[in-house]
Amino acid sequence: MAELCDLLAEAMGHSLPVGKVVLIGDCVETSGAFVLHLLLKRCLSLDSSFVVFVALSHPFSHYDRILRKMGCNLSAQKKNGNLHFLELLDFSARSKENSVDDGFCKLYNEIRKSVEAARSKDTKASCVYIMIDDISLLEIAADGSENDVLNFLHYCSTLTSETDCSLIILNHEDVYSSEDAPRLLAHLQHLSDIEIRAAPLNTGLAADVHGQLTVINKGLLNDDRRSGRRIWNFQFKVKENSVEFFYPGSQH
Amino acid sequence: MATGGGQQERPTRPSSFSRVSSSSFSPASSSSTSTSLPPGVRIGANGAAFVSSGIPDLDRILGGGFLVGSVVMVMEDADAPHHLLLLRNFMSQGIVHGQSVLFAGPTKEPRSFLGTLPSPVVQKEGLKIKHDVSDVQDKEKGLRIAWQYKKYFGEQTAVDSHNRDKKQEFSSDFDLRKPLERQLLNSQNVECISTQDAFDLSKLQNHCLTFVSKLSMKDGINSNAGRIAIQSLCAPQCGYFEKDWDMLSFIRSLRATVQSSNAVAVITFPASVLSNSISKRWQHLADTLLSIRAIPDKDLAKLLTGYQDMLGFLHVHKVAQFNSQVPVILDASTYSLKLQKRKSLVLERLNQAPVEGSSGVSYATSGSCSSSKGSLLDF
Repeated sequence: MAELCDLLAEAMGHSLPVGKVVLIGDCVETSGAFVLHLLLKRCLSLDSSFVVFVALSHPFSHYDRILRKMGCNLSAQKKNGNLHFLELLDFSARSKENSVDDGFCKLYNEIRKSVEAARSKDTKASCVYIMIDDISLLEIAADGSENDVLNFLHYCSTLTSETDCSLIILNHEDVYSSEDAPRLLAHLQHLSDIEIRAAPLNTGLAADVHGQLTVINKGLLNDDRRSGRRIWNFQFKVKENSVEFFYPGSQH
Repeated sequence: MATGGGQQERPTRPSSFSRVSSSSFSPASSSSTSTSLPPGVRIGANGAAFVSSGIPDLDRILGGGFLVGSVVMVMEDADAPHHLLLLRNFMSQGIVHGQSVLFAGPTKEPRSFLGTLPSPVVQKEGLKIKHDVSDVQDKEKGLRIAWQYKKYFGEQTAVDSHNRDKKQEFSSDFDLRKPLERQLLNSQNVECISTQDAFDLSKLQNHCLTFVSKLSMKDGINSNAGRIAIQSLCAPQCGYFEKDWDMLSFIRSLRATVQSSNAVAVITFPASVLSNSISKRWQHLADTLLSIRAIPDKDLAKLLTGYQDMLGFLHVHKVAQFNSQVPVILDASTYSLKLQKRKSLVLERLNQAPVEGSSGVSYATSGSCSSSKGSLLDF
């Protein structure tokens, strides 16, 4: 596909991840949500794919309109059964009868059921993706219990290796980099196969360049690649209907 | 600014989708063909609805005002109470437009805060325009240095009276010396809650929920916008101060409540009393993030013009964007807060003074003027 020729696609190995964990990190100054939107669009553009989207941050209408401008109709995909959208704006894992653990159990089971259902359908989905937006809100839903969130994430990542589906997570990295013990971040970085980090430019704000993206692809060394390159760093500009990626100074 | 081409307002798209929205202000959902918007609400690009912040300059900087359905957070300065200026103007604007206002403050009698709200400036149209022209003329006399002109271009270009009419309706100039009339404050639309002795935020959460549900109970045409103003949400005197996660949970639920309603929430908080990581979490929850800083040190007097009149700096970290992934890039993100003629609040771009040849103070040393919080001013 024409779109899979840009720098981000190159950094991710020219194909969408299968059975991998992708971690997208951002900060207050530069939001990384656009990477999630782009990956969502690319995943849904495949011939037979299935996406479970765990939305804690924005309602369905928000993603629907953004993706529509990018040429992807989320409502239609939902109707066709290619997208299972979980709108969890006020999700609270702890409730009167259950503990936080149970709340996450329910969520995990729901995700697992829909992934397995997608795999066992007549028209077998070849690629399944689980997307989470975002982890810091999962922590708030868990009342700050890092252990429960980590358990949940570990279960999800085991699901990826069992059923060959991929996990794509959005995380606010600057929350953890200011802590003394960034345990959750360390775990996430260890779990992930591809890390995509959005950061502001060192020189400050600019209208033509919105920030820089650093992609660390850990899986490439296993494949038979001549370059064995692992780290990419390039700049981006976010537009309504697409995102431009370019090396510094080479924007058209 | 690294590259040119920055725009003051967000670009309008030629074909924008009609907003089938959760708030009732979109033209698509109003029953009559003529858009009968309630006072104080304006529709901007992409069908987004705005209410005024009470400060005309801030509305312009943010590209229209505060987005309806968004949460605005203001990081307070530990040394100076200038965030109260923003809150007061925000609340007064709502009261003047007849919108419902919910105020929560960390004092025993939050109602007394209402006594400090400013009253709108009442002036005849012709008089106001004449005033501006004579202002500029006054400044044309006397000694002028070229770099001083930047202040007067763009900001004070004569606006034709038609636009001025519309502007007056949407956002008023407030006179900070005059308090708002008593009878406006006593209407049932203004609620006050104290957060000082509250041991948890459930009461405030319930108040917000009922407040927002009351907004949508009125029929479609007459429904009005609502304003929630929360002062110093994490102030140490509040009973729930130690409960970091409860506060985050409250903000998250408030955000979800406000997102699908006709309300705007403004929350101020002293970021310095929170740990770094919790403060970042708060910042990420905001749709629009502003911070107020008092004037840090005397060195800046050499670097900036008009330093004596400044109350402090307003820094814009994030601007809410409606149904779009494109970030809002402002020409400048730090503005100076000034009291014009000791009564109205204005925000001005910062102007650097020219380099003094003899002493050799250059722009390069502006690094020294960064405040202890570690962020540089963005001219």
